[in-house]
Amino acid sequence: MSPAAPRRSGSQPHGGHDQRIEVRKTYKLYIGGAFPRSESGRTYEVRAAAGSFLANAAMGSRKDARDAVVAARGAFGKWAGASAYNRGQVLYRVAELMEGRRAQFASDVATAEGLPPSRADQVVSQAIDRWVWYAGWSDKIAQILGGLNPVTGAYFNISAPEPAGVVAALAPQHSSLLGLVAVLAPIIVSGNTAVVVASQARPLPAVTLSEVLATSDVPAGVVNLITGRTAEIAPWLATHRDVNAIDLSGAADADDLSWAELERASADNLKRVLRPAGDGLDAVEPDWSAAPDLTRIKAYLETKTVWHPKGH
Amino acid sequence: MAKFDYAPAPESRAIVTIRPSYGLFIGGEFVQSTDGSRFKTINPSSEEVLAEVTDAGQGDVDAAVRAARKAFEGPWGRLPGAERGKYLFRIARILAERAREFAVLETLDNGKPIKESRDVDVPLAAAHFFYHAGWADKLEYAGLAGGGGQGPKPLGVVGQVIPWNFPLLMLSWKIAPALATGNTVVLKPAETTPLTALLFAEVCQQADLPAGVVNIITGAGQTGRHLIEHPGVDKVAFTGSTQVGKEIARSIAGTRKRATLELGGKAANIVFDDAPIDEAVEGIVNGIFFNQGHVCCAGSRLLVQENVADDVVMRLKRRLQTLRVGDPLDKNTDIGAINSAAQLARIRELTQVGESEGATRWSAPCAFPDRGFWFPPTVFTEVSQSHRIAQEEIFGPVLSVLTFRTPQEAVAKANNTPYGLSAGIWTEKGSRILWMADQLRAGVVWANTFNRFDPTSPFGGYKESGYGREGGRHGLQAYVTTGATR
Amino acid sequence: MSSTTAAAGARELLGVASLTNASLTRWLHGLPGVDHVGADARAAALATRSVKTTSKAWAIDTAIAMIDLTTLEGADTERKVRSLCAKAMAPDPGDPATPQVAAVCIYADMVPVAVDALRGSNIHVAAVTAAFPSGRATMEVKLTDTRDALHAGAHEIDMVIDRGAFLSGRYLQVFNEIAAIKAACGHEGTRGAPAHLKVIFETGELVTYDNVRRASWLAMLAGADFIKTSTGKVSPAATMPVTLIMLEAVRDWHTLTGSRVGVKPAGGIRTTKDALKYLVMVNEVAGDDWLDPARFRFGASGLLNDLLQQRQKLATGHYSGPDYVSID
Repeated sequence: MSPAAPRRSGSQPHGGHDQRIEVRKTYKLYIGGAFPRSESGRTYEVRAAAGSFLANAAMGSRKDARDAVVAARGAFGKWAGASAYNRGQVLYRVAELMEGRRAQFASDVATAEGLPPSRADQVVSQAIDRWVWYAGWSDKIAQILGGLNPVTGAYFNISAPEPAGVVAALAPQHSSLLGLVAVLAPIIVSGNTAVVVASQARPLPAVTLSEVLATSDVPAGVVNLITGRTAEIAPWLATHRDVNAIDLSGAADADDLSWAELERASADNLKRVLRPAGDGLDAVEPDWSAAPDLTRIKAYLETKTVWHPKGH
Repeated sequence: MAKFDYAPAPESRAIVTIRPSYGLFIGGEFVQSTDGSRFKTINPSSEEVLAEVTDAGQGDVDAAVRAARKAFEGPWGRLPGAERGKYLFRIARILAERAREFAVLETLDNGKPIKESRDVDVPLAAAHFFYHAGWADKLEYAGLAGGGGQGPKPLGVVGQVIPWNFPLLMLSWKIAPALATGNTVVLKPAETTPLTALLFAEVCQQADLPAGVVNIITGAGQTGRHLIEHPGVDKVAFTGSTQVGKEIARSIAGTRKRATLELGGKAANIVFDDAPIDEAVEGIVNGIFFNQGHVCCAGSRLLVQENVADDVVMRLKRRLQTLRVGDPLDKNTDIGAINSAAQLARIRELTQVGESEGATRWSAPCAFPDRGFWFPPTVFTEVSQSHRIAQEEIFGPVLSVLTFRTPQEAVAKANNTPYGLSAGIWTEKGSRILWMADQLRAGVVWANTFNRFDPTSPFGGYKESGYGREGGRHGLQAYVTTGATR
Repeated sequence: MSSTTAAAGARELLGVASLTNASLTRWLHGLPGVDHVGADARAAALATRSVKTTSKAWAIDTAIAMIDLTTLEGADTERKVRSLCAKAMAPDPGDPATPQVAAVCIYADMVPVAVDALRGSNIHVAAVTAAFPSGRATMEVKLTDTRDALHAGAHEIDMVIDRGAFLSGRYLQVFNEIAAIKAACGHEGTRGAPAHLKVIFETGELVTYDNVRRASWLAMLAGADFIKTSTGKVSPAATMPVTLIMLEAVRDWHTLTGSRVGVKPAGGIRTTKDALKYLVMVNEVAGDDWLDPARFRFGASGLLNDLLQQRQKLATGHYSGPDYVSID
């Protein structure tokens, strides 16, 4: 590994000594609220869109994915059991901290995606606003998706949405922050917990986001992030029997990966599958800046219907 | 002398700064009145003067409505919902940050125990803003639009008049949905409790809310009338007495102004023989003595099944003797001061009526301070449906106890009132809860609990308790267009 | 009271000719239900009381005097028990005015050691018996266990109920076990006065508040002098809501029969703040008569040192630390 030109870092002051050497970050996994290296000990090079070396990211293994699912399952009861108000507050706090760190995110996105600073800035704003949009849904989902059913007979009957459980998500390969947020927020807002496989070539914004999650009241295990080769990790999540749903967005333009195969594997325990955008076997990445609707929230919700007689 | 008395535990007043006098908050700034006068607001537990505030005149009301109109037609009206929402998120977070300050101020101005303003009023107010912030950019999902493919649109300038019993909370119930849906607001707090509304104006400034979106004008009944009747106001929202509610309904007749009214109540709290008895007693106490009984949805009638009436009343009286009445700023106080001399006079008058009607009065033994307005928790037994104290709203810590034999009789007695705001049901039997809930003509039914509020839960009355709902998806309706007809 | 007296008393209270499992079931299942959410809310509301200055000082001293200082470990030795007893007699060597605790609570085979170590003081020796903590053994074993403790000089017996029997509805069996052990407390003590009997429910295993209410009434019917939440070996141990239910039970039992039964929450009460919340609850639910070590105890070990540190703070005006209280 050869030393490369120092990575451009947006907010490092260079007052006084022009040759100041910056302290570079180590990029690790985010599992169960902690930042471990991969149990496999492997890393891989992450390069800027322009080609320069950025960092060594952890190359996650199937065992890391396994541990992440355990952490996600462990966190599910409490997260799903928290009040909707509380979840909304926690998500809003994430947005507050993202806003506070926008310079770092903008720098991450600019180098990862090769965007000019103004455009990267705009992407960060969109990502934060997307997160806020989802935060505001937490205490409204039940009112829109649930309701009283006017059954015949002296019965009270109500249908209520409930989170499905542990959701695995392949984050988009190209849109390293906005796409990531668009995929992750709708999973957790309703009480699900998540195991996210970051964009293979552009994982650094996801790691920065997990640092924000770790410091913003998101309970340990609610979100878990694995960096590494999508094609290596995804099949283990698709076949995992303790995963209740899977988002295949990140299969679009992923190396050596067939979303159809992943969907087939998911059928083993009848996971709820969110297919990637596109027609037929083609998987494409959509325009993430388009206004979202409830599709991604609904994808990971069950509906429970309860009856009770009415009589004195 | 009890063994364990708890020493005085006063919350400090130092956290809040009360100015000697206040102007009106119009167009984003505190301004002097043009044609109003001044009056004083006092601490009802001590009669100490807290501050001088403005009694806004017609000219002041005009200025406020103009400022609200300008903001509506200007920056606010053009702002996308997502950005409006962010202002509301800011307000919610600032209220949470300054929660202690607001709680102390509310207790000083209103007389309610610090325990309640701290644990109920202020957190609910912040939550109300937080909930509505999230609606600002999601209105198309709320099932409101009246057709024609048009999303719900705001109405314009809203005139809001709120009561003295939950000043900050009622402010949040009015302002949050109005702003979330894109309207602008002129709000008049009650004459005896203006201070938390005036402090809220500071929060609007801290949140950089565009000028004129929220305007706070203080004053008494006449100011409220000017606001309600102002031709520049598109919608009025009122919480207060049924009598004034009817005046408002009359005054807007023939105009195109829409109104929501949250008025009085005389709720029945119904206790069956299979109720979880200890929790039911707590529910009865909470129902009528929380906030000194100054609650429109108070469970002011206890309807107890006749076969357990004596036991329930015995437990209730025993429980009332552990209620602590006293300095509202003391953290251990359960029951605070009556809000004003006028309200105290009304409570005394109606309690006198109860005695002369032949009901049996019992009051918890209390020692009151020399100054301030105080009334002991009081229970009337042997009350009949025809007694005035079973029909008229007392709005104080006075409970009327009636009995019933069957569920049908309980329903008949509960519904036998021009009011219809709330009701309580205490029984372990689920089917009975649901059957009773179907039968009761009340906008809010609490089963095995009482006086529970949430921003997501619609609140409002049937019959003479008013019309319209506040909170939840339903509460947004009053603030948006419904399609072709307004 | 003999077992037959207990049964006779029970028959009279229930108004039945013979005390059968069916009649006990009807009586217990006829008690008013407990609304879980409402009970939690009441406990939480009581926990907001603020206790300051002189009231706090009184409460701390009262709480210390209510402690059953406990060691119930397999690894307990004679010296460990002696050390605990020394702590019980002089909780704060730096301040002789500190009250002594109410009792020392140990396994039955350690009773002779404790009796010797506490000689001359007013501190009682309480022994856990009846196959503590599990309660899984024959009645023979449970009675022998209890008799051994009594013969060795125990003032108080903390027995566990058979939770398996309770949860499977064999209320009469639970009643009979309590009544038999209560009778032994009357006959077999070496002290001249009957030993007092605490009945442990292990509320963490009973789980529902309705069960806690039923267990309370069943134990009082059978002659319990004290009802106690937990062994401290199962989590959750004592909680505010469970203790609330038990305080309501003893209050209502007093209204019905005129006699006063004590309450002991045990396990999980670690801080002065916690202890004061419990005393507030005793005060406002049961009343003055229960604010006394004869009617209310804390089953605790670590709590004592926290109370002592708070006591020191009130005396000196600044915060204390673990180095300024002795370990037992």
